[in-house]
Amino acid sequence: MKLTTLFLGLCGASALAFAAHAETITIATVNNGDMIRMQKLTDDFKAKNPDIDLQWVTLEENVLRERVTTDIATKGGQYDVMTIGTYEVPIWAKQGWLLPLDKLGADYDTADIIPAIAGGLSADGKLYAAPFYGESSFVMYRKDLMEKAGLTMPDAPTWEFIGEAARKMTDRANDINGVCLRGKAGWGENMAFLTATANSFGARWFDEKWQPQFDQPEWKNALDFYVKLMTDAGPQGASSNGFNENLALFQQGKCGMWIDATVAASFVSDPKASTVADKVGYALAPDNGLGKRGNWLWAWSLGIPAGTQKAEAAQKFVAWATSKGYLDLVASKEGWANVPPGTRTSLYNNAEYQKAAPFAKMTLDSINAADPTKPTVKPVPYVGVQFVAIPEFQGLGTTVGQLFSAALAGQMSVDDALAQAQQVSVREMTKAGYIK
Amino acid sequence: MARKVSTQRKWVATIAAWAIAFVIFFPILYTIITSFKTESEAIAGISLIPSGTLENYFEVQSQRDYFKPFMNSVVISVGSTLIALLIAIPSAWSMAFSPTKRTKDVLMWMLSTKMMPAVGVLVPMYLLFRDTGLLDTRLGLTIVLTLINLPIVIWMLYTYFREIPGEILEAARMDGASLFNEIVYVLTPMAVPGIASTLLLNIILAWNEAFWSIRLSAANAAPLTAFIASFSSPQGLFWAKLSAASTLAIAPILIMGWFSQRQLVRGLTFGAVK
Repeated sequence: MKLTTLFLGLCGASALAFAAHAETITIATVNNGDMIRMQKLTDDFKAKNPDIDLQWVTLEENVLRERVTTDIATKGGQYDVMTIGTYEVPIWAKQGWLLPLDKLGADYDTADIIPAIAGGLSADGKLYAAPFYGESSFVMYRKDLMEKAGLTMPDAPTWEFIGEAARKMTDRANDINGVCLRGKAGWGENMAFLTATANSFGARWFDEKWQPQFDQPEWKNALDFYVKLMTDAGPQGASSNGFNENLALFQQGKCGMWIDATVAASFVSDPKASTVADKVGYALAPDNGLGKRGNWLWAWSLGIPAGTQKAEAAQKFVAWATSKGYLDLVASKEGWANVPPGTRTSLYNNAEYQKAAPFAKMTLDSINAADPTKPTVKPVPYVGVQFVAIPEFQGLGTTVGQLFSAALAGQMSVDDALAQAQQVSVREMTKAGYIK
Repeated sequence: MARKVSTQRKWVATIAAWAIAFVIFFPILYTIITSFKTESEAIAGISLIPSGTLENYFEVQSQRDYFKPFMNSVVISVGSTLIALLIAIPSAWSMAFSPTKRTKDVLMWMLSTKMMPAVGVLVPMYLLFRDTGLLDTRLGLTIVLTLINLPIVIWMLYTYFREIPGEILEAARMDGASLFNEIVYVLTPMAVPGIASTLLLNIILAWNEAFWSIRLSAANAAPLTAFIASFSSPQGLFWAKLSAASTLAIAPILIMGWFSQRQLVRGLTFGAVK
């Protein structure tokens, strides 16, 4: 009896000692459907890793960006895993702020990550963040309105076609706008769309010597086209519309076309939220025949700050959350349509996924059509399709975005907006030391 | 005739007061209304009639734990207010009853600390918190909120104390009261309305403080302001859920303010009419 008691006591003590060794990792993340879903599915991770506890910090995108930047720059060590995008990864990897992900496990299959996405998350051939979901942009359009306008949307339309279709589909009397595009100022708002669009017009932010290029005809053509198109066929108050505002307009049947993130496809085709769910078609982002399309590339990814004391546990979590097994887990619990898109090639070869997500092929084609290392027609010294991966871009991009938003709102001319954008960019780039 | 004009004026003043109160309260009212709408109703345009769905509240509850940030908010706001009062009462006493020629300058200097944008000292504060192990702790946030609100608390108490005749304190001293007894047993009871309104106002300020509480906390000490912020989404509709989270976050302080409004108004108008 005494021996049994002693044995049980030892077992209890061992269990307590084991529990005391359980590590808690803190994950900073954004609030979107895929991330919320992951938080609900973490029982699977805990079952496989009973010695690791998870703690979540969910923040609004811009606050998250500011918080994790402060923490990583000061080595605050509050987070062990951070949700970051393709903009941060090249900059932070260069600064030595992120750990390379080289212990993701033998069955992780890094080669399965979509090459364009992996390229945007790597530096010097090493992967510094693992994609949780990836996206590009494409055209979502109303098949019924297109038919009514007597047109057929090609798989790969030109900007000329989009302009013509938008004007024909516009029906102001019935509150239908031919096209809904981002107008809200911000480097990740209107400038994401306009930078990607400008790429297809042959424009670029900087030449090889970091000289701003807003005084070149390509930018004038791109911005002129955008402002005229939105004046003729866009919604009222478009200069304050971002992703969510345009999503609401499209879901309510007030847009003939919407060019935005591929992730929007799951929202507009959801019959519970969208009044036009069964009438939506998809096409690649438009081009001008110059070899570049107006689509972007973005991936919300999980990175590990160099200052963490729990690197091993953090890598285990990142490997779990971005693995093929996780996609299967989501599919088994919530269906294939809810699997986070845009990260793994194998997902797009999966017949069940293709059946559940009619926009799957177009999403993959759009992602593959974007090359963050060669984003423009003319050569550039930077990485990034809809952004320039330098620390100064957040501030500069937002300032230029405000000027272009003002041009859309009619508060200044396109020429004035471009002239001021050029002036501001030259000043900021000189101050930052890019222009000698 | 004179009486008629007076009644008319009274009516006009009453209606104007209600109208102003409604305008001020409208954002909160609309937040509450929006919390009972569906996401598509919320973004569709201004409408004062919701469909009455409770889905957002269930969704908010299922996505995040409300109790932990709520308790953090209670501890941080009440704690920082009590510490601020402990420091501010003797400070305000000395400035009100034993002023020197530099008292006004000291008061202005204290207020000037509120004039600098908080973000200007974010990195030094972050480093201080990191090195002292105060990041993401209730103690750290209590200290920072105490320091942030201290100038306002001292200013308010100073204003109230100045209305109390110094002769009463002199009489207490004549009767042999020590400094401690003078402040605790004579001054404080006379200034209860002022202290109470300062306390309530400071709790409200601390409860609603978002800049530092979001930036210096993570998972453990995050208060309700961080809880609200977590419902904003870059992609996908979130206004109705955000409104439900906001309603849950402001409800305790709104109820507290409602019940203590008489005390609050009495304290805020203390000394306004001589």
